[in-house]
Amino acid sequence: MAGVGGGNDFQWCFSQVKGAIDEDVAEADIISTVEFNYSGDLLATGDKGGRVVIFQREQEGNNRSHSRGEYNVYSTFQSHEPEFDYLKSLEIEEKINKIRWLPQQNAAHFLLSTNDKTIKLWKISERDKRAEGYNLKDENGRLRDPFRITSLRVPVLKPMDLMVEASPRRIFANAHTYHINSISVNSDHETYLSADDLRINLWHLEITDRSFNIVDIKPANMEELTEVITAAECHPNQCNVFVYSSSKGTIRLCDMRASALCDRHSKFFEEPEDPSSRSFFSEIISSISDVKFSHSGRYMMTRDYLSVKVWDLNMESRPVETYQVHEYLRSKLCSLYENDCIFDKFECCWNGSDNAIMTGSYNNFFRMFDRNTRRDITLEASRESSKPRAILKPRKVCTGGKRKKDEISVDSLDFNKKILHTAWHPKENIIAVAATNNLYIFQDKIN
Amino acid sequence: MSSENQETETQQESGEEKQDTQEKESNPVKAEEAKLKAKYPNLGQKPGGSDFLMKRLQKGQKYFDSGDYNMAKAKMKNKQLPTAGPDKNLVTGDHIPTPQDLPQRKSSLVTSKLAG
Repeated sequence: MAGVGGGNDFQWCFSQVKGAIDEDVAEADIISTVEFNYSGDLLATGDKGGRVVIFQREQEGNNRSHSRGEYNVYSTFQSHEPEFDYLKSLEIEEKINKIRWLPQQNAAHFLLSTNDKTIKLWKISERDKRAEGYNLKDENGRLRDPFRITSLRVPVLKPMDLMVEASPRRIFANAHTYHINSISVNSDHETYLSADDLRINLWHLEITDRSFNIVDIKPANMEELTEVITAAECHPNQCNVFVYSSSKGTIRLCDMRASALCDRHSKFFEEPEDPSSRSFFSEIISSISDVKFSHSGRYMMTRDYLSVKVWDLNMESRPVETYQVHEYLRSKLCSLYENDCIFDKFECCWNGSDNAIMTGSYNNFFRMFDRNTRRDITLEASRESSKPRAILKPRKVCTGGKRKKDEISVDSLDFNKKILHTAWHPKENIIAVAATNNLYIFQDKIN
Repeated sequence: MSSENQETETQQESGEEKQDTQEKESNPVKAEEAKLKAKYPNLGQKPGGSDFLMKRLQKGQKYFDSGDYNMAKAKMKNKQLPTAGPDKNLVTGDHIPTPQDLPQRKSSLVTSKLAG
């Protein structure tokens, strides 16, 4: 079956894999977020150890038509550290929950990274020149005796080996009682929102000591708590609009022009449930783990445990498209509840032209759906198919009795190999897939 | 090529039995539900309700009594104290935490292996 996401004549190939090969995975090395920047030249990852690694795409100097620039390490830094809130007796993980890039405005790159409690704005800048010939200090930086200076000279800029520096420019702290699950940069490039389980705050990128609370769903009596906020995102071109999803499978679209506190939604998206199919698991598997606007801003996509749904913002009653990710897990819900896998939070993403979507699954499988042809494909991120430019073979999970050759049965799936985080290059067919502690990069191959 | 034929065959089959499979659709989930209730008869009446949400909100909560801890540290030299239960993270109530029980908190100052 041909690939998905750009036509019938292309297939996905292995490009690169980053990370350690050894079986023993340190918890800190587990990748927790992956994000391309607006141009796709930079790819950032965050991990459970609070570290950020940024890869940069090589400039395509050689004009080889079938090769693409590779991603190499550009910068790495410790973004967050573990903390302990003594007042609340609360352990704060350093795990990076989300990274979001700011649009580039000058030579430096900016990104927001967040853990459960604190958001930080990082500036990543290059230094390739150094001033030499200072008057007041010598080559080693030691101060010279001012009385010994008899002449003045103008320092000269000399080239030096490229150094990439990351520095925290803003720290947005103490605004979230609950755990931050999302951050989203607004299209006005001045503000951004941060969402935790019960509240959403709006920040100005320049101001760290204040933020506006725009959504608060905390009930007066916590015993009445029935749902939490699971994800939130700003509209890609309407700076007054944002959406947030809930653990009950609903999405609310809010307009900040309507009121200061957006507790009352402008639109409410919910698919009616078939009452005959209601079970103990219904609410849990309907919980939305990710919500993403299409680049056009006309649609949004939500991910729940078993499916991905595409919604037209003009129609609240039901999604316009539903794609089954791993329907065969429906008969495994009991054990998935027992091993907590049913609470795994999968993300989803659009391709640059919004005609394809991608999401992860178990056994290091990930799925892609072509919205136009309705074809879907299952691929695997594995070291075994990691020869350069090796074409990825489609995978199939067999549900019935007879297992065909090359198929894998549901019971043989490795539920510890989860692909929760994936990212699609904003313009090209290049995807980044995080498989526990390894980052895979795949590219298309035009036949 | 042959695999494509096999795929279309299965599609035709499921087309005929569509009604049947739709009826069976809710059954696997109901069967799973029955399995779960059989294993855990006391499972809450509100699935995915308050209990589960409260647990989510309280993630990271550690209970620690510095008074008990210091008393235990002082007494440790003299007599043996009750050892930690299976869940080392849940230190509360009448179990006195000893220095060994407290989970180690250290930041990873090692460079990520992705950058290696």
